[in-house]
This record gives sequence, C-alpha cells and structure tokens, in this order.
Amino acid sequence: MDITFENVTYIYQQNTPFAHKAINDLSFQIKSGSFVAIIGHTGSGKSTLIQHLNGLAIPTEGKVSIGGYHLTKEEKPKDMKELRSKVGVVFQYPEHQLFEETVAKDIAFGPQNFGVSEAEIKTRIKEITPAVGLDETLLERSPFDLSGGQMRRVAIAGVLAVKPDVLVLDEPTAGLDPRGQKEIMDMFYKLHQEQELTTILVTHSMEDALKYADHVLILNKGTKYMEGSPEEVFSQKEALQRVQLDVPEMVQFLNEFQEKFGTAITFKKQSIKELAEAIQQQIKGAEST
Amino acid sequence: MRKKIIEFRNVSFRYGDEGPWVLKNCSFEIYDNEWVAIIGHNGSGKSTIAKLLNGLLFPQEGEIIINGEVVNEESIWNIRKDVGMVFQNPDNQFVGATVQDDVAFGMENRGVPREEMQKRIVETLAAVGMQDYRLTEPHRLSGGQKQRVAIASVLAIAPKVLILDEATAMLDPSGRQEIMQTVASIQGREELSLITITHDLQEVAQADRVIVMNSGEIWKEQVPREIFSQKESLREIGLDVPFVAILADELKRAGVAISIEPLNHEELLEDLWTLHSRT
Repeated sequence: MDITFENVTYIYQQNTPFAHKAINDLSFQIKSGSFVAIIGHTGSGKSTLIQHLNGLAIPTEGKVSIGGYHLTKEEKPKDMKELRSKVGVVFQYPEHQLFEETVAKDIAFGPQNFGVSEAEIKTRIKEITPAVGLDETLLERSPFDLSGGQMRRVAIAGVLAVKPDVLVLDEPTAGLDPRGQKEIMDMFYKLHQEQELTTILVTHSMEDALKYADHVLILNKGTKYMEGSPEEVFSQKEALQRVQLDVPEMVQFLNEFQEKFGTAITFKKQSIKELAEAIQQQIKGAEST
Repeated sequence: MRKKIIEFRNVSFRYGDEGPWVLKNCSFEIYDNEWVAIIGHNGSGKSTIAKLLNGLLFPQEGEIIINGEVVNEESIWNIRKDVGMVFQNPDNQFVGATVQDDVAFGMENRGVPREEMQKRIVETLAAVGMQDYRLTEPHRLSGGQKQRVAIASVLAIAPKVLILDEATAMLDPSGRQEIMQTVASIQGREELSLITITHDLQEVAQADRVIVMNSGEIWKEQVPREIFSQKESLREIGLDVPFVAILADELKRAGVAISIEPLNHEELLEDLWTLHSRT
C-alpha cells in the first residue's frame, strides 16, 4: 500500500493553553513494498507520525492516505478497524502489552478481534511461530515465564498474526543485546522480503537504517528535514549534525580519514573489508609516488 | 592507596529457592573515582548486580561491602545515600509534578537546604541539557528527555557511586553522547565511582575497566583494549565488536601493518598516518 502525507499538521490539545504542534506541514510518500527508515532527534515527531498510520491520530490539517484509506479532519475511513488490520504497529517495548495465559492465546488475540476464524488462526500461529524464532513448545507456556527477548518475539508474532500489509516498527530492538538486535532486525528484513510488506522502521540506529532501509526520512521539529537513499542522506554529515544526528560510524571514519590524509574515499555502502582495501590502496599509492 | 568502594565476595543469587542461579560466585572490587563498565548479553546477570548494589535484592550466598559496610536489611538505608541509580525506563522513576520537583525529590528526602537545592537543580538540569524545562510536567517530555531528568535527579544528591543500568539505551545517539560526556565530566570533577551497565561499545571504550558477564559468571575483567582484542570470543558470548576493531583486523588482512589494537578512530588514524609517512 502506498502511503502519502500531504501537508500534514498535528496539534496536541488544540485550543487549550497546552496546544503543542508535534507535526508541522509534513509531506512525503512511501512506495508500496519499500523499507523506509524514519530518523529524528527525540521530540522530532516520529511517534506522532506513526500514530497517523493506523488512525490513532487524525491530522489537524492536511491529509494522510494509506492505500485507499484517507484520513483528514473532515473525513475518517468508515471502517477504521479494517485499516488497523492492514497496518500492524509494533510499539516500543511491545512485550509490556502481553497479558494472556498462554503464548498461543496472546498471539491469537489480535486476529480474533479482527474476526479471523479459529481454524485460520491456528494455521497462522503454526506459520508465524518459527518465522519469529520461537520454539513451538513455548506455545502453551505463560508468556511471563519467558525471557525478555522471547517475550518480544511473542508480541511481534501477535502483530504479524493479523497479516498486515504495512508493518510499522517503533525502535523494535531497544533494550536487546547486540545478538538479539541483529536477530530481530534480520527477522524483520526476511519477513519484509518474503511477504512483500511495506516496512516503516523508526530508529535511532544509523547503522540499522543503512543496513536495511532503501529510503531514509529525517525529521526535525515535526517536519521533513532530509530524504533520500541511505548513501545520499548519510553522506551529509554537517546537515545531520545540525539536527543533532550522527552519521553511521563508517561515514564518520571516512570524514576523519579525509581530514588527516587530505584524500577522500567515497562512501558507497561498502563493507568494512572493501574499506580496508581502499585504505590499503591509498597508503600504497603514497608509497609509489 | 586507592580506596575500595564496592566489594563483591563470592556472591551468588537466584530468584526463589528453586530457580536457576542468576549469579554464580562472583567476586570483584570497584575503587573510588573509577569507571567500570559491566557488559554481557541479556540474562547474563549484569542487571542483577546493579539491583544487589542498592539492596533491591539481597544475595543468598556471599557478601557485598559498600563503603566499608556490609549490605544487609539494616545497613541498606544508609548505603542508598551513597549509591545513585538510573534505570533503563524513565517512566518508572519519575515522581515529581514538574521537572524541578522531580530533581528536588531526592534532595528533600535527604534534608538538603532550600538554597542549596535551588542551586543544584539549576546545575544538574544544565548538565543534562534540560535547563529550559524546569517547570514542564513529566508526561509532556519525550522518553529521552525524561531520562535526562532522571540522571539529573540522581546527580543532585551527589552520590559516591553512580550506576547507569542501560540508562542511555532509549536515547538517540547525540543524547547518549551528551549524557556520557556529562557523566564523565562530573566524575572527573567529583569523587564519584561510575558503573555503567551497557551494550554501547563507545561507553565501554571510555571506561577504566570492563567486567564481562556471561551466564551469571565473570567471564573477563580487563581494560577495554584487552577486551576488544578478543573478537571471536566476544561474538561467541553474544556481544558485538566495535567497528574500529573490525577495521583494524581487515586492514591487517589487506596487508597493512597495524601495530596497535585501536580503541577509537583517532588511534587507528594515527597508526595509519605513521605507516603512511614512513613510506
């Protein structure tokens, strides 16, 4: 599903002394099937943006379109529930939302609410459990007996069991150790490709944005600051630093290399091995002159 | 001689009488003015250490000594004055109706005079970059902003030991850096031991010493440079190796004669520069 924001503004507690503009005249487009990273300083409007994607927030001004669903101040989709079955949101620390007696029941809760038949739910649980890296023997256990990493996988399985077309991930790896972070991100990437999802990743990790996203959107003060491929966006160190964002570590290193050696190595998403070879060439190049 | 601030003597801990041991026979010492990073995968026991340090949990076996006192149910009230702690989730540690109330709360409990309180509120909020939010209500702050206030609240009571239990995990990179710089400068200025429990490799690189936990046991206790040279074993226990260490390895593989185990970009670039100018 294509997603479009057209001049969207969102004001919290409008017409009160506490009115606060979280999103300001924001326009962008996300193509169906793409993997988009949304990055911004704390308070840049990322979370408010996400809430528009499944109608938890309705624009104060402007228009949000998700496939054929349109959200404006005047017009809400008649079937908000249908929209919410198409857009799955994995919120921060989703394991805090677990509540059922067993893992299987917790995963089934979402699809049950959207009217999926019991037989179909069973089939889906069978499919999803291995896809999120959970062992089937855990299905009858209480989710609260599991480790933090496993609990998060259960919560994610619950979102996937609804079979959304759009998957929204709000810092899905926060609080996990490096191995857990990599496993979860690789899992989302695989699902993204296999199920042709449109994936929207809100992250603080420039490294993850670089590794997984094909498009990057940078927010600042509730509006779009930069947009483009990861290579384009992350090459602009100064512009990013103006909004208190870092560049991926490799870009940082390349900048420092250029300052020290006076010669540039272009950033093109190369591997560390390729980078090492380029540096070796530069040093050897100096040798021959 | 350096003063021992914290000592773990053969400490073991488990939840309940039947549960698996979360900490197994751990012994280590932390000195005054020292920065120790504790790292390990989820479930390795590192957060349990933090909870034992201020008596949220008590060990079944072994002894914990803080500032000369054995931690037990009587001594803990005294010990907590010396041990400030900031947790991962700021929503669980906010008590004040405004930011400045929250920073004042800990000081009020310790009977800090009003004038001193006002001074420290200004100082600590400025130190965490939240000086413009003194009168803001906590629910209007973002997660990162709340965490900065939580850190200010702890700093305001001037503890001897500051423990950050993955306290920067929810902040963005510059927020994280800002906090670490703040904490480092305070540690440099005051007599403060710092324990950072973290996954962030930059934070580990800045520490004086690193304790690596694995499955409830101390796996290694070394300076950061020694830790980072053990790339394969770090990966085996579920930890990440820093970019600069991987790059140094790849450079060696590509035939560049790197002579050090670099901890940061500057060290690696300096080494490369030496090689470069030698030719």
